Amino acid sequence: MEILGLGLALLALFIVFGFMVGVFFGFFGMGGSFLITPALLILGYPAPVAIGSSMAFVFGTAVIATMKHHDVGDVDYKLGALMFVGIALGIEGGKVMVFFLEELGHAEVVVGIAYVLLLAAIGGLFIRSAINRDAPDEDEATDDTEIPEIAKRIKSYNIPPMVTLTDGSKASMWTISGVGGGVGIVSGFLGVGGGFIRMPAIYYLIGIPLTAAVGTSLFGALMSGAVGAFTYGLSGVIDIGVVTALLMGSALGARIGSASTAYVDENDVTIYFGIMLLLASAAVAIGESAEWLGMPILDTVSFVLLVGSSAFVTSIILYYGAMAVRSNPRGQVTPTGSDD
Amino acid sequence: MIDFFAFPPAVQALALVILVLIEAVVLYVGYGVVERVVAPPLIETIENA
Repeated sequence: MEILGLGLALLALFIVFGFMVGVFFGFFGMGGSFLITPALLILGYPAPVAIGSSMAFVFGTAVIATMKHHDVGDVDYKLGALMFVGIALGIEGGKVMVFFLEELGHAEVVVGIAYVLLLAAIGGLFIRSAINRDAPDEDEATDDTEIPEIAKRIKSYNIPPMVTLTDGSKASMWTISGVGGGVGIVSGFLGVGGGFIRMPAIYYLIGIPLTAAVGTSLFGALMSGAVGAFTYGLSGVIDIGVVTALLMGSALGARIGSASTAYVDENDVTIYFGIMLLLASAAVAIGESAEWLGMPILDTVSFVLLVGSSAFVTSIILYYGAMAVRSNPRGQVTPTGSDD
Repeated sequence: MIDFFAFPPAVQALALVILVLIEAVVLYVGYGVVERVVAPPLIETIENA
């Protein structure tokens, strides 16, 4: 029996995995899309299918997140629109690279290695952040409405054409297009929303205050996902069954993850998330080596490691949340997940 | 019966994007209803556990 073109076991697996990714997204504010492509690669999906389906998933997740934050108002839509061309060109460039590598027969290997490095780097940053959470960052602005020194320096270079942003400040169209194009290439090549580099890039390079940078990055993720889904959709490589199953899980997980932020201190969980990303990096490396070494069992080890570590961190978040609910008298805590 | 795959790739890709958009909206609204019904008794159960 098949539903959405998937066997029941695979359907359940994608819903559960989507749920875990949704919890991470709701809790940490990151799409977790960088876990989807590796999982699909390990499961044996061709790189274009894995990346295209992940991009469509990013779009769906970003739509849900945008609806959840639509009334916050901290989105610089003008900047988002100005970045659109760069994002679209970047994603198309990333897609061309993927299909070129696919023709050479190296797409899975190159994308896999890129993921090993990416997941290890982000995992390392999360762990460092968890260890040094009490130490102030010298370049970090102390006020959410301020911008860091490096952004002020970049803004001081008047390279025309200059555009006026919503907050009244000016930025070079070259910087905006460069950020959009750079993030677009990463999105199109890896099938990720790119929020983990877009948000810092908007903050540090374009110089948008942190509060608006988060919302604007989310808007950028929506555009990236839409453009990416359309671009890969043109090639007919998106598995809509996989995307639907993942979204069914992530839409629920995102609500629970978001509600958990009212109960759980992020600092208690950050280090586990960092370790999980390092394990995910190892999982992709093991999965890649399975073919080289001719040992299919390593594919299973790789998948169990990826899903197992995700399940562990999800359980930690839910456990901390349940303990916090039990230890707080009724009415003193307010879930944030019911703001729609 | 409309043969979806007879449409040009651009139309198919656009339809796919719209389908994902609709799925996301339906899931968001649907789980919102479920949350309003299930969350209060669930939290009460955890508090009393």
